[in-house]
Amino acid sequence: MQGVDGFMYPNEVQLQWSVLIVLYPFVTGLVAGAFILASLVRIFHVEAVRPTYRLAMLTALAFLLVAPLPLQLHLGHPERSYEMYLTPHRTSAMAMFGFIYLWYLMAVLVAEIWLDYRRDIVVMSQSVTGWRRWAYCVMTLGSSNISARALEIDDRVGWLITLIGIPSAFLLHGYVGFIFGSIKANPWWSSPLMPVVFIFSAMVSGIAAVMLLYMLAAGLRRQAIDVRCVDTVARYLLYIFIIDFSLEMLDLVHRIYEADESFRSLDFMIHTKLFFSQIVLQIFAGTLAPIALLGLTQVVKLPDLARKRIYAIAGCLTLIGIFAMRWNVVIGGQLFSKSFLGYTTYKMGLITREGLLMTVLLSLLPLFFLWVLVKLLPPWYEKQDTLTVVG
Amino acid sequence: MPNFRDTGHLFRFAGIFVAAVLIFLAIRGWLVPHTFGQYGHYRGAALTEIAAKPVHFAGHQTCETCHSDIAEKKTAGKHVSVNCEACHGPLASHADDPSIQPAKLNTAQLCGQCHEASAAKPKGFPQVETESHANGVACETCHQAHSPAIAAGGAQ
Repeated sequence: MQGVDGFMYPNEVQLQWSVLIVLYPFVTGLVAGAFILASLVRIFHVEAVRPTYRLAMLTALAFLLVAPLPLQLHLGHPERSYEMYLTPHRTSAMAMFGFIYLWYLMAVLVAEIWLDYRRDIVVMSQSVTGWRRWAYCVMTLGSSNISARALEIDDRVGWLITLIGIPSAFLLHGYVGFIFGSIKANPWWSSPLMPVVFIFSAMVSGIAAVMLLYMLAAGLRRQAIDVRCVDTVARYLLYIFIIDFSLEMLDLVHRIYEADESFRSLDFMIHTKLFFSQIVLQIFAGTLAPIALLGLTQVVKLPDLARKRIYAIAGCLTLIGIFAMRWNVVIGGQLFSKSFLGYTTYKMGLITREGLLMTVLLSLLPLFFLWVLVKLLPPWYEKQDTLTVVG
Repeated sequence: MPNFRDTGHLFRFAGIFVAAVLIFLAIRGWLVPHTFGQYGHYRGAALTEIAAKPVHFAGHQTCETCHSDIAEKKTAGKHVSVNCEACHGPLASHADDPSIQPAKLNTAQLCGQCHEASAAKPKGFPQVETESHANGVACETCHQAHSPAIAAGGAQ
C-alpha cells in the first residue's frame, strides 16, 4: 500500500488528526505562555518586563479567540458545537474543556484586560469621536469613575484575577497534554509527564512570541526597544527553556531505560520518519540552538544590537521548535502501528479544509485580531502617560 | 451607599456575567429536550421514537419459513452462521409482500467484503485477492454461496 511500510492495521493507515490538531495545542500554548509572562508583572512584580505586560495580555486574548477554530474546522459541523455546552458529558475531557475555555476567556482574560484598561477606556470615551467613542462608551459599562480609590480597587481585583488566572492558564494548556497523556493505547502519548511538558513548552513558546511581537512592534512604531525589558524576558525564557528541556529529556531517558515493548518501534521512527522534525528541528534547531544563543548572552557581554538580534533569532527558533514538538506529538503518535510492525505516512493537503493553506490562514488570524485589539486598546505605556485623567 | 461608590463598575461587570449565565440557563432549558437524561446521557423519548420506526430486517427465521430448501443447504455449510440478510440486505418488505422481489446480488463485489485478502485477517479465514483471482467474474460462477464447503457438495 502506498505510504505504508511494514504492517498497519486497516484503521491506522490514514491519519485522523491533521496539521490543524498540531496548530491547536501550539495556539493554546501561546495563550498560556503569554499570560504567564504577564503574571510576572502582576504577581511576581518583575517590573523590568512591564512594557510587555499589556501586549502579552492582548496576545493571549487574540490567540485564545482563534484557539477553537482549528478544532471546529477539523470536526466540521460548527453549528452543533454549542451542544457541548448544553449537554456536556462529565466523563469527556473535551466537553469539560469547553467550560475551561470559557472560564479562561471571560473570567480571566477579558476581566483582567478590562480592569487594566478601564482608566484608558474612560478617558478615550471622552476624548475620541465617531464610532470609536461608542465602542469605548459601551466598554465603560456606563461607569466613568476613575478616582484614585476606584483604580486602586481595580488593581487589587486585577491582582486576584491574575492569581486565579495562573492555575487557569496551567489548566487550559495542561489539559491538552492531559488528553494526549491519558490515551493509554498509544505509547507515544501515554505519559503522566505529558501535561507538565506541555505546560512548560507553552510558557516557552508564549514568552518567545511576546518577546518577538514586542520587538517587532517597537520596530514598526520606530520606537527604541527597552533593552532591559527584553534582557529580562530573554533571561526568563532561558530559565524556563532549561526546565522544559530537562523535562523532555527526563521523559526520553525514562523511555529508553524502561524500554517497553513499543521502544524499538518508536526508536526506529525517530531515526527515520521523525528524524528531521524531531532531531533536527525540535531538539537541535528549536531547543539546543536557542538555549545556546540565550545562554551566550548571559555569559558574554555583548553590545545591545547583537543581543537584540540574538533574541530575535532565538525567539524564531524557539517557535519553530515548539511547533515541531507539537507536530511530533500529534503526527508522530499516529505514524506507527499498534502492532509495532509498520509505519504510515502523513500527506498534508494544500488547499483543503485541513490543509496547509488553512493552517497558514489560521496562524495569521490571531495576528489580525491582535492588530485590531492594539488599535482599540493601545498597549504602549508612553501613550498612557500623556492621557488626561478625567475623574 | 458611599462604600460602594468606587466599586459600582465591578458590580456592573459581575452583573453582565450573572445575566449571561441566566440567559444561558434559560436557553439551555428551552433547547434541551425534557426527556434528556431520563435513562442516560441521551434523549429518553428517542427510545420510543426508534421503536416506532418500521422494521427493515425480517430475520432469518422468517426467511426460512418459505426458503426451507436454502436453509437446509446452509445447515451443512460453512455459511451456516451467516444470516440471510447479511448478504441479501434488509428484506422485511419482501417477507410482507413476496411479490416485491429483492435486487439481484453482484457477487463479484459482495463476497469480497468478507473474503478480500488482508494481512489483518486470521490465516485460516478463506481470502483471495479478488482482482487477480476472479478478474470481475461473479463468484457464483464457480462457488455456491449458500454452501461453499466441498463436503456439502459445493466448491471450496
